[in-house]
Amino acid sequence: MNKGKEKIMHWVFLAAACASVALVAMICVFLFANGLPTIGKIGVTDFLLGEKWRPNNDIYGILPMILGSIYVTIGAIITGVPIGLFTAIFMARFCPPLFYRFLKPAVELLAGIPSVIYGFFGLVIMVPFIRDNLGGTGSSMLTASLLLGMMILPTIISVAEAALRAVPNSYYEGALALGAGHVRSVFFTIVPAAKSGIMAGIILGIGRAIGETMAVIMVAGNQARMPQGLLEGVRTMTTNIVIEMGYAADLHRDALIATAVVLFIFILIINLTFSYLKGRVVQQ
Amino acid sequence: MNNFSARLRKTLYSYGTEPSAILLLFCVWGSAIATFLTLAFLLLYILWQGLPHITPALFALEYNTTNVSLFPALVDTVIMVIMALAMATPLGIFAAIYLVEYAKRGNKIVNVVRVTADTLSGIPSIVYGLFGMLFFVTYLKMGYSLLAGSCTVAIMVLPLIMRTTEEALKAIPDSYREGSYGLGAGKLRTVFAIVLPSAIPGILAGIILSIGRIVGETAALIYTSGTVAALPANVFSSGRTLAVHMYVLASEGLFMQQAYATAVILVVIVICINAASGYLARRLMKGN
Repeated sequence: MNKGKEKIMHWVFLAAACASVALVAMICVFLFANGLPTIGKIGVTDFLLGEKWRPNNDIYGILPMILGSIYVTIGAIITGVPIGLFTAIFMARFCPPLFYRFLKPAVELLAGIPSVIYGFFGLVIMVPFIRDNLGGTGSSMLTASLLLGMMILPTIISVAEAALRAVPNSYYEGALALGAGHVRSVFFTIVPAAKSGIMAGIILGIGRAIGETMAVIMVAGNQARMPQGLLEGVRTMTTNIVIEMGYAADLHRDALIATAVVLFIFILIINLTFSYLKGRVVQQ
Repeated sequence: MNNFSARLRKTLYSYGTEPSAILLLFCVWGSAIATFLTLAFLLLYILWQGLPHITPALFALEYNTTNVSLFPALVDTVIMVIMALAMATPLGIFAAIYLVEYAKRGNKIVNVVRVTADTLSGIPSIVYGLFGMLFFVTYLKMGYSLLAGSCTVAIMVLPLIMRTTEEALKAIPDSYREGSYGLGAGKLRTVFAIVLPSAIPGILAGIILSIGRIVGETAALIYTSGTVAALPANVFSSGRTLAVHMYVLASEGLFMQQAYATAVILVVIVICINAASGYLARRLMKGN
C-alpha cells in the first residue's frame, strides 16, 4: 500500500518536472505552426528583408521592426551596460557597508518595478524632456534606448555582482602584494576573472531589452517605417504585435504571429548564448 | 573631523594615485549614485504626483467615465494572482522536488528540464501573450477571460517558482533527510514532513516574487484576459488587471490623474512585495 503511494507520487513529481519541457514544446509548436507557413506564403526574403509594412495593401516586410528592435537594444546596451557594470563593481568591491544596505534593496526594487510603470515614467518625464531640449516629438529611438538602458540595469548589476563576488580573493591579494593599488587590483584582476559571468549578465540584459514591450510602446513613437534617426520614432517587433493584434485578421494576423516567431528565434539564440556562458562560469 | 579626513586620505591613497585610478573611482561612485538616484527620482515623482489623486471615487464598485474606478481592476488582479498561483505553485514545487530529491546524479531529464526552465524564463511576455491567445483563448475556446489570462501568467511564473524552490530544497542539510530515514520514514514522508516544512521560507520568497511578476504583467494579459473594466461575473469573463488598467489609462491620455494614482497603488504593492521577499530571504540566510 505504502509502496504503491510512493510509486505514484514518484511519477507525479516526474510529470511535474516534465511539464516545463512540454510547455516549451507547446509554445514552439503553436507559434511555429501558425507562423512558419505564413512566412512561406509571404516569401522569406519579402518578409524578413521587406522594407515596407502596409497591412492594407497586403505588404508585410518586417525589416523596419527588426532593425528597430536591434537599434533600441544597442542603445540600451550603450547606456545601460557601463553604468550597470560600474555599479556592480562598486557594490562588490567599493561600497561602504552602510550604503550597501540601501543600494542592494534599491537594485532589487528596480528589478521589481513593472514595465508599465517604467513606460509611464518615460511618457511623462523623458518624452517631454527630450521634446523640449533636443527637438522632435520626444517619442523617439533615443527615449526608448534610454528607458531600456534604465530597465536592464538591475539585471546586469545583479548577475555581474554575483560573478565578481565569486572570484577568489587571492587574485586581489596577489595584485596588492605586487604593489598595485585597490582600484588597479580590482579592475585588472577581479574584473577580467569575472568576464564570463559579466558577459552572461549583459546577454541576459539584451534579452530583456529586445523582449520588452509595454515600456517601449509608450515612448518609441511606433511608426512602421525604416528607422530614420535618433530623434525619430521607431517600431520594434514586440510593439508591432501589441499595436495591431487587436484589429488584425487573416493574413495580417498571421503576419503578426510570424513576427513573434522571428522574435522568438532571436530570444532562443540569446538564451543559448547565456546558457553557454553560464556553463563556462560553472566550469571555472 | 581631522581624524576622518586623515582616514579618507589614507583610503584614497591605498586605492592608487595614478590618474586612471582616480578616473575609475569617479566612474564607480558616479554610476552607483546614478543608479540609486534613478530609482529615488522615479519613486518620488510618482508618489508626489499620484498621492493627491487617490480619492474615494477611485475605489467605487463600478467603473465609468466619471469616476474611472480602479476597484474592478484591483479585484481582477487579486483573482488573477490567486488562480495563477493555484496552478503554478504545486506544479513548480513538485517539479523542484523531483529535481532535488528524486532525480539521480547525472540524470538526463534534469538537464533538459533546467535548460527548458531557463528558456521559459527568457521568453518575452508578449510571446506568452500570443501563445495564450492562440492556445487558451482560441484553441481551448476560453475566450478573453480571467481563466485564459491566469493560465498564461501561470506558465510565466512557473520557472521562477521552480528555481527558488529548488534552491530552498538544496539548502536543507542532508542530515535532516538521513535522520528521517533513520527513524524509519519513507521517502515521501521525509519529503513532506521534514524537507518541505524546513524549506518554506525560501519557497515563500519565490511565491512572493511571482506575485510581483503577475501584478506587474501587462503584455501577456491584453490579448488573453482582455481589457474589460467591470467587475467579473465569473472566471470566464474578461477583466483587466491593475497594470493593464494603468496602460489603458496612460495610452488613452484622458485620465492622467487616475493613471498617476494607479501607478502609486502599483508601486506601493511592488515595494511591499519586495520588502516581504527580502525579509524572508534574510531569515533564510540567518537560519543557515
